[in-house]
Amino acid sequence: MTSLLKRLGGHAGRIVLALVFALPLVFMLVSSFKTDDQIFGDLGSVSAFLPVGALSLDNYTAMFDRVPAARFLLNSVLISSITVVLGIIVNSLAAFALARMRWSGRKVVLTTVIATLIVPFETFALPLVWWVNQLPLLRVNGFQLEWTTGWMDTYQVQILPFVANAFSIFFFHQFFQSIPKELDEAAIMDGAGWFTIYRRIVMPLSGPAVATVAILTFLPAWNSYLWPLMVVQSEELRPVMVGISYFFQLNVGWGQIMAYSSMITVPILALFVAFQRSFVNSIASTGVKG
Amino acid sequence: MTTKTAAPQRLRPVRRTRTNNARRRESLTALGMATPAVVLLIVFLVVPVALAFALAFTDARLISPTPARFVGLRNFTQLFTDPVFYKSLRNTIYFAVVVVPLQAGLALVLALLVNAKVRGINFFRTVYFLPVVTSMVVVSLLWTFLYRQDGLVNNIISTLTLGHFQGPDWLGDPATAMPAIILMSVWQGVGFHMIIWLAGLQTIPAELYEAAELDGATTWQRFRHVTWPGLRSTRTFVLVTITIAAFSLFTQIRVMTQGGPLDSTTTVVFQAVRTGYDQQQTAYAAAISLIFFVLVLTVSLVQRFLTREKD
Repeated sequence: MTSLLKRLGGHAGRIVLALVFALPLVFMLVSSFKTDDQIFGDLGSVSAFLPVGALSLDNYTAMFDRVPAARFLLNSVLISSITVVLGIIVNSLAAFALARMRWSGRKVVLTTVIATLIVPFETFALPLVWWVNQLPLLRVNGFQLEWTTGWMDTYQVQILPFVANAFSIFFFHQFFQSIPKELDEAAIMDGAGWFTIYRRIVMPLSGPAVATVAILTFLPAWNSYLWPLMVVQSEELRPVMVGISYFFQLNVGWGQIMAYSSMITVPILALFVAFQRSFVNSIASTGVKG
Repeated sequence: MTTKTAAPQRLRPVRRTRTNNARRRESLTALGMATPAVVLLIVFLVVPVALAFALAFTDARLISPTPARFVGLRNFTQLFTDPVFYKSLRNTIYFAVVVVPLQAGLALVLALLVNAKVRGINFFRTVYFLPVVTSMVVVSLLWTFLYRQDGLVNNIISTLTLGHFQGPDWLGDPATAMPAIILMSVWQGVGFHMIIWLAGLQTIPAELYEAAELDGATTWQRFRHVTWPGLRSTRTFVLVTITIAAFSLFTQIRVMTQGGPLDSTTTVVFQAVRTGYDQQQTAYAAAISLIFFVLVLTVSLVQRFLTREKD
């Protein structure tokens, strides 16, 4: 009897908490289909969280008229996916060399990589802005190529600084070490080179690690705000998160803001729910290193 | 390891050259494979960290016709006489001191709640985690709306108290702006640490709980003597990550309050971005970054020391 009560009590607690976490997001999505008048009118009652009243896609069409939202979306998709793909290649290669091959300097590199893990991006973001502004850049000027300096306002400045990642290297390293080394020896006997071992043996066995690194690279790239805010000025290079804050400053209606927010959030949430298990496992495994 | 290094010496000279060649090839290939990552890390992490140190002692500006000059400690003397800097420092510490125990504790409660083998438990894990996947920019905009004087939060307060209590203008009042941002930040981030705690909880062997049960331990005693010690290394990780994230408070401030009202929500990173980016004073911002770096480093080292493996 008491255990049943306890279980019911536990469930009641879980349900109340679930409402606390879900309702603001439900409110966002529901409001994106309502007029501003109705959003405010519904605030005092449960209808704030229900798709009731005159629902329409007006906020979505108005938003696309107001800002180049499609362009912002395309930019974010481009930047995030290139960062993920390059990140997987570059970091897994380095981790492979560190985990499975013998060379002098290996220990030093590994220790240095792990040491950089505790440096938060915010501590060097501003010197980095100054620094990328000094880097050489090959620019297309009419039909000519010319060298200038300053990476401001480019795609690469939004991608390259986030490709190499100490955590990804560390994570791949741990995973690669768990794969039996005998496989390498057997492959070398058969005349395979190290790159073949990487590409044909180790990487195909590392699906879960690749998925984890992909998730943990994609999410911050998609959600990034501080960096693009500082290095991107032109509208056509803006990613979604910077796009929304400019949008916010235009003083448009809340319905349109909710529409934009839903547009850049709901697909990610849907992906998360679909791949929930591997997603949560990958986050959980980040805690293992403690 | 020892057998492998000793082996080539016992081989005949011809074999040794061949192994040496293979060795050299292995070293070169490894170097080639590590190079892209190492170069990128040097260019985009090591150099800027070193620059944070170097630029702090110059008068560099983001866009300047004259090259940067060495100015000694000028940026630091200016910083330590800047009242806004002390406010930023105070607000940052205030935020961290409240958020770290609140978020870590709440996350542990959530983890214990969803660590049960009950039907539908996966649903709750998923829901608690939804805000983590949502970007902080979106969360900040959404809550800016919820926190309005006539917004959803105050409407709920009013309904729950049957109209007896009228909520404040959360973000417009210096007394409530920071608490409001704290509440929202915990709402967004707590699911992340719930998962970390959960991973830690699942490494504790079930036999320990069975043994405790046989000894007649109460729920609290089981938590105190089995769960809590079992979470030792997870605890370090959770504390260090929440603290560093709390010190880096920026997005919420930029989107919701711009540091106001009356600098009540200005933080160190927000001030660094404002001076370094909005006002283009790179050197001054580098000095702020440097102080921030020292702060983060000290706190995480102290935490690691305090939560180190005893005995």
